[in-house]
This record gives sequence, C-alpha cells and structure tokens, in this order.
Amino acid sequence: MADIFDRVKDIIVEQLGVEPEDVKPEASFVDDLGADSLDIVELVMALEEAFDLQIPDEDAEKIHKVGEAVQYVLDHQ
Amino acid sequence: MAWVATAELVAAVSESGGLGIIGSGQATPQWVREQVHKVKELTGKPFGVNVMLLSPYAEEIINLLAEERVAVVTTGAGNPGKYLNLLHSAGSKVIPVVSSVALAKRLSRSGVDALIAEGMESGGHVGEITTMVLVPQVVDAVGVPVIAAGGICDGRGMAAALMLGAEGVQMGTRFICAAECTVHENVKDAIIKSKDRDSIVTGRPTGHPVRVLKNKLTKKFIEFEETGAPAEEYEKLGVGRMKLAMVDGDTDMGSVMAGQVAAMVQKVEPARDIIKSVIIEAEKTIRLIYSSKVVD
Repeated sequence: MADIFDRVKDIIVEQLGVEPEDVKPEASFVDDLGADSLDIVELVMALEEAFDLQIPDEDAEKIHKVGEAVQYVLDHQ
Repeated sequence: MAWVATAELVAAVSESGGLGIIGSGQATPQWVREQVHKVKELTGKPFGVNVMLLSPYAEEIINLLAEERVAVVTTGAGNPGKYLNLLHSAGSKVIPVVSSVALAKRLSRSGVDALIAEGMESGGHVGEITTMVLVPQVVDAVGVPVIAAGGICDGRGMAAALMLGAEGVQMGTRFICAAECTVHENVKDAIIKSKDRDSIVTGRPTGHPVRVLKNKLTKKFIEFEETGAPAEEYEKLGVGRMKLAMVDGDTDMGSVMAGQVAAMVQKVEPARDIIKSVIIEAEKTIRLIYSSKVVD
C-alpha cells in the first residue's frame, strides 16, 4: 500500500509539477493541486503506463483526489 | 461555430465539396434539430454537427444526431468516449477536436474515426499550442487520420498542414465571410478590416481562454486581468456576448470570435469560390515545392 502510494505520488509530482508534501490522499487534483482537465488526462495516462492498466473514461471521470487514484490502482492491479 | 455555422452556410459548403459543420454551441436540441432538417432540405451531401460537450444539452443533442443519422459529429471541450457506441451504431463518424497530445492519444485508442488537432491560432476557445507544433505531434502519436485546424485560411496554409502530416484541414474564420454565412454584416466587416495584431486571447485566468477580435469588450476583459478580478466577473460580463456580435452586429461590445487568420480574409465571397481557390492554391503550392531543387 505504502509502496503504491509513493509511486502514485511520484507520478503526480512529476506530471503536475507540485511539491511532494502537498500530495496527500485528500488533495483534489483540480482544487488543491491546480490541475486542469488536460493535466488530468496526462496523469491518467501516466498511471496507466506505470501500472500497466487500462483506465476507462467512466472510471477516469470519478478520480478527483489523490486517494482515489491510489485506491483505483490498488483495486485494479 | 455557434451562431455562425448555420444551415445555409453548412449546406453551401457541403454542396461545394467540403464538409459543412453546424455549430451547436449552447443551442437547444430543438434548434439543432431544425438546423439538421434545413440542411437536409438544402443538400443531399454529407454534413456534420459540432457538439460542445460542456453544453447542458450535449447528451440530448448527441441522441438526436444519432436519430437523424448525421454523417459526422465533431466534438469540443471534452471527451466524447461515452457516446461513441451510440454514434457509431447510427453510422456517424466521430471526430473530436483536441488541443493536446495526451487527449489525442486517449481518444484515438477509444475508437474515434479521426481527430481535429486545433492550434491556438483558431478563434473561440483555444489551447496553448500552435498548429505548427501540435499537428505533427498528434500525427506521430495516433493511428487515425488527423485534420489540422487553427491558422489555416488559404491554399498555402492547407499545403503546410498536409506537409505536417494532416490529411485535411478545418477552416472556420474564412467561412464567416462566406456570402452564405448569416452572421451580421458588421462581423464580416470587422474581420475584413482586421490586421495581424487584432486577434487576441482573453479570459486566461478563468481557465477557459477565448480568441476574439480586439474591441471595447476585450478592453474590459484585459482590465479584469490586470486587476485580478474573480472568475465570476468574467462570466457575468461574458454572458450572451457572442450572440450580441454575431446576430445583433454589435462588434464593440459583442464577442467577435475569429482566428488569427482574420487578418488574411479580404472579402466576402461564395463558399464555393472559397473552397475552389483554397484547393487550387494548395495544389499549386505543393507542385511548386516538389518541383523546386529543395526536394530531390
């Protein structure tokens, strides 16, 4: 779990150019981390690549917070 | 192009060998259906409808387009993935407009038929990347045909887009000055008079930047940017401004959405003449390049 969180966190830090300490489970990509819709598309694709996943649009639309992204990866690994 | 690409213009473009596209913007489903019927009366040729996915009516409009079996549906402001099956089963081709490589890749994978890569030279809502830089990257990233948009209004632009790897071009601004386009004459005049620096982007702080021709309204928006006004102020000032320009002809306080190529549009002429001259010039340009010593 901790390992997945750290890997997801690294990807978010790199994709969104944010500080690692701001990437908390409850942080919202748009409201807290300043992402726009195109940033989120890139983030989702980076997660897909890193964890060898296919995240359908319906699922991607529901991922708003860091914790939700981590949970998604955990559930679909 | 909302308020601009209505049935008359769309039918004229399709009749002349192009693919006319109705701009549905924020219009009601009833209006869109009327326009679709009107185009069908005017031409038997294929045409398309652009759906702005942020419109409150997007889903309803998509449903009626499937019902009407419209040949091509282009989409803006989002991801049309969830509508693909419905539209494909109706026989429609789905061609989203994209302004980034990641979204292009994702959509290409989800089974869209082609993509329109739109650079920031275009009018209306824009991304940040120029056509020159966006098109080749999208071409390299996806396995579907790419249509270039933004900054193209003549045969030289079309030839350039083809050289970047595009299979076709989408042009908006030049067709505002088509004789068949029903926008107010003042809008056509404003485009014809405009010069290279007259097209600017406002609203960047809101996250929804829009390219328009400079006027009294854009001065107010620039004031907002300078004073750091909240997003609500932009929204309040922006309400109904496009209609005010395009339909009522108020080019001072209306939003005259046009691309950078507005400066290159010099006269009002029939859609058929526009298409013909673009194609002839593109062919001439390409022949010239290939016959020169630059390319062996």
